[in-house]
Amino acid sequence: MAQTLYEKLWNSHVVRTEADGTALLYIDRHLVHEVTSPQAFEGLKLAGRKPWRISSIVATADHNTPTDHWEQGIQDPVSRQQVETLDANIREVGALAYFPFRDPRQGIVHVIGPENGATLPGMTVVCGDSHTSTHGAFACLAHGIGTSEVEHVLATQCLLQKKSKTLLIRVEGQLGRGVSAKDVALAIIGRIGTAGGTGYAIEFGGSAIRSLSMEGRMTLCNMAIEAGARAGMVAVDQTTIDYLKNRSFSPRGEIWDRAVAYWRTLVSDPEARFDAVIDFDAARIEPQITWGTSPEMVAAVGDAVPAPEDFADPVKRDGVARALQYMGLSPRTPLKSIKVDKVFIGSCTNSRIEDLRIAAAVVRGRHKADNVKAVLVVPGSGLVKQQAEAEGLDKIFRAAGFEWRQPGCSMCLAMNADRLEPGERCASTSNRNFEGRQGAGGRTHLVSPAMAAAAAIAGHFADVRELA
Amino acid sequence: MRPFTIHEGLVAPLDRANVDTDAIIPKQFLKSIKRSGFGPNAFDEWRYLDLGEPGRDNSKRPLNPDFVLNQPRYSGASILLTRDNFGCGSSREHAPWALEDFGFRALIGTSFADIFYNNCFKNGLLPITLPAEAIQSLFDLVTAVPGSTLKIDLAAQTVARPDGVALHFDVDPFRKECLLNGWDDIGLTLRHAELIKEFEARRRIEQPWLFA
Ligand code: SF4
Repeated sequence: MAQTLYEKLWNSHVVRTEADGTALLYIDRHLVHEVTSPQAFEGLKLAGRKPWRISSIVATADHNTPTDHWEQGIQDPVSRQQVETLDANIREVGALAYFPFRDPRQGIVHVIGPENGATLPGMTVVCGDSHTSTHGAFACLAHGIGTSEVEHVLATQCLLQKKSKTLLIRVEGQLGRGVSAKDVALAIIGRIGTAGGTGYAIEFGGSAIRSLSMEGRMTLCNMAIEAGARAGMVAVDQTTIDYLKNRSFSPRGEIWDRAVAYWRTLVSDPEARFDAVIDFDAARIEPQITWGTSPEMVAAVGDAVPAPEDFADPVKRDGVARALQYMGLSPRTPLKSIKVDKVFIGSCTNSRIEDLRIAAAVVRGRHKADNVKAVLVVPGSGLVKQQAEAEGLDKIFRAAGFEWRQPGCSMCLAMNADRLEPGERCASTSNRNFEGRQGAGGRTHLVSPAMAAAAAIAGHFADVRELA
Repeated sequence: MRPFTIHEGLVAPLDRANVDTDAIIPKQFLKSIKRSGFGPNAFDEWRYLDLGEPGRDNSKRPLNPDFVLNQPRYSGASILLTRDNFGCGSSREHAPWALEDFGFRALIGTSFADIFYNNCFKNGLLPITLPAEAIQSLFDLVTAVPGSTLKIDLAAQTVARPDGVALHFDVDPFRKECLLNGWDDIGLTLRHAELIKEFEARRRIEQPWLFA
């Protein structure tokens, strides 16, 4: 029978099924970071249990680590304790790979997996982190789990799961100049809402998706969770295979050939049926900017901030009024007139080499506006940083008055010292604009790397397509 | 895990959609390496007028009188009534830990984010999904009548209002069974250790690149 990609991934991992359909799924790759793992390791130890398969574990410290003055170590004692707890746990338990603080390959967990070939097509990938959906770009069944589930996977190599419904989001046509995967993600969330994908696993398909690089596909799958879906995925094609060739944990020789032959089957069959299909026209997607405190509160760059009365549903109307108050914005303000205080280019959504290249291309030969207090460029990993420096991107950023930092989550969630002060407004390439996400009282506008760079140069939001 | 069978308690209305886990427990508290003690910082940014930091004495901090959970009529609430997409955002299990530590045993809303929903069941917290009209009627009841309580019966899958009207809710049979009995998932799964080993051995032969 014809199967969707999701069904193929699901069926190939079921160990057993309960009467109500709850399945025990085998987990191939377990990514671990410092914030959501300490209680799981402790639970394991208290119960006297051993980890099931150590070679499934790839770990790094990313959320709490500082992005400057690495020689001074981690200043915040609470953060330091959490990172040291991970060090100690991995030392005791073991792992396929561990990239601790200051390791040349350290970085954001969702950046290091793929770039080291530790994320391979057909895998089930889990991590105590909602943006695990990122790895679906490689035709993996990848999703975030809670800490109890981290412990469950450590102890049993399995996860208890209910099958999701399937949703195909088809984006056909060609993306316009200055429009990237981030704009596609935001436009989708703007249309279907942050609960639009709840209960579904999303497959992204169509010609516009097939022409995206792996970096772009990761950006898109990364934000599947903001659309309410636990998992997003893209079928395997030549782009996937080319990306994986010669990565450190990628198979080699005869095993590589066998793997590739299998990976090529990881596509939805032509006759496969999805529970829902939504179509988008790539050519009509414009650069996007969020104006509120939920990723679905988003508009095209040429638009204005809406008014609460534009929304018929009373709960929505209240939500919009509250968001505008928090964001310090009045209805009908053109988005392009909104000034920014800070700019953040980074996070597991947009901190890969392609993102930095796009931002650098906008910035080259220009300087940040005087009213912009700081522009942080935070590469997603040590390897991304090395590559960017080899290409001279760091020099372009520095010459523009931007700060070139060490890798980590940084101002995406502000668990380290990088954060907004109350009332500060930020153009950010991250994935969440919730109240206080980038620092208590901080105001976040989600944008693409190109649009973030344009805002830094102009001092207010600007249409990157108009920046000649 | 603490079993959940029947619970009757005071209901607090949190009339917002899309309450995210950053709001339920802000990130500065995620630096803890413990599972407990998050209750005083649940909804920290809405609940207090100043900025919370780990290790501070929360009893001395200024409360925001406008935040619903600070109103005396809802003090001691153990059931939280909310709207759509509650628990969206980060996968942090610290969110259900904070709600449970605060004193909640059940949440009632129109929908819950997937990962959060799952996490609740691992912590003896019952998330109940009801249709929008039923939720609206509960908001009307709770705001109109101070001291409104609800009685939740998991085995019968009902939420009973004080006027005797019982609303039916759906829950997966497997999750229900685990919660009713307070079963530990890991213990349950390990009963199938032999099956897992067989599965793994087969996979090792068919897809050796996964076991490098
Ligand atoms: S970059 Fe942001 S969203 Fe991504 S893992 Fe880090 S904190 Fe989470």
